[in-house]
Amino acid sequence: MKVSIDGLHKAFESRVRLGIMSALAVNEMLEFNALKEYLDVTDGNLATHIKALEKEEFIGVKKSFIDRKPNTRYYMTQKGKKAFEEHLKVLEQIIKSQK
Amino acid sequence: MRKERDYIQDISEIRSMMERSSRFLSLSGLAGVMAGIYALLGVYIAYHFFHFNPDQIGYTTEQSVPFSSDLPKIIILAILILLLAVGTAIFLSYKKARKRDEKVWNATSRRLLANMAVPLITGGILLLVLLVKGLIGLIVPLTLVFYGLALYNAGKFTYDDVKFLGMIQVGLGLLATCYIEYGLLFWAIGFGVVHIIYGIYMHLRYER
Repeated sequence: MKVSIDGLHKAFESRVRLGIMSALAVNEMLEFNALKEYLDVTDGNLATHIKALEKEEFIGVKKSFIDRKPNTRYYMTQKGKKAFEEHLKVLEQIIKSQK
Repeated sequence: MRKERDYIQDISEIRSMMERSSRFLSLSGLAGVMAGIYALLGVYIAYHFFHFNPDQIGYTTEQSVPFSSDLPKIIILAILILLLAVGTAIFLSYKKARKRDEKVWNATSRRLLANMAVPLITGGILLLVLLVKGLIGLIVPLTLVFYGLALYNAGKFTYDDVKFLGMIQVGLGLLATCYIEYGLLFWAIGFGVVHIIYGIYMHLRYER
């Protein structure tokens, strides 16, 4: 795992990526457009961050057709879930230790 | 190493994203108050002008229904009140959503409505059947029951308090089926008084 100096995973350094993971943590699946709405980012920006998370195998893609239109939905993988929970734990520890 | 403030900000953004993506929080408490006021007005008009106050589960013949000639008017009145209440709720949610920098028509609100739709449409069809069969006395309590079930379902996708509101409506509806002659009173309490109290509570709790 690529971990930065404070024990946090590098993939979660970006707020957008953190946002994607948070939204997918509480939703079984989300469409690209729903994520875009929640995060308030451009298509290109979101796509880049999604690619990065996909590369880490933290999220998976499910492509299908609804009324012949392509529909892309994302979900969190087991690996992603583990990494995200780990990230939350470390965040908590850092905040506690700094108090 | 980043600052502590950064980490706290991270946590609060994670929380807010989880909430925003799973619950629709632009429901307005004031809409509840308004819906309650419309409902009380509606009950007053139905009772006072159309003498609507069913006192038994069913009526065997048309002639035996004391308010039969006004029945179409009562139905139109009920639909008008419903449209007014829903319209106000949409308008106020729209305003609140804009203030919160959120869209009214998003994935969460769609999910909220889809989950309310199943009990509401089921109830609506059943009530039509009862109306045709002359079981008018049951209509009033059952509107409360199905509305309550819809709210209970909706509670998973918006404020938790909505669940509680749903349970109260279901309870009132069931009670009303035992005391058909007080149906209109239960209806006024459920759709009127309870809505107003709930609306004020929500407004004070979340909107100040």
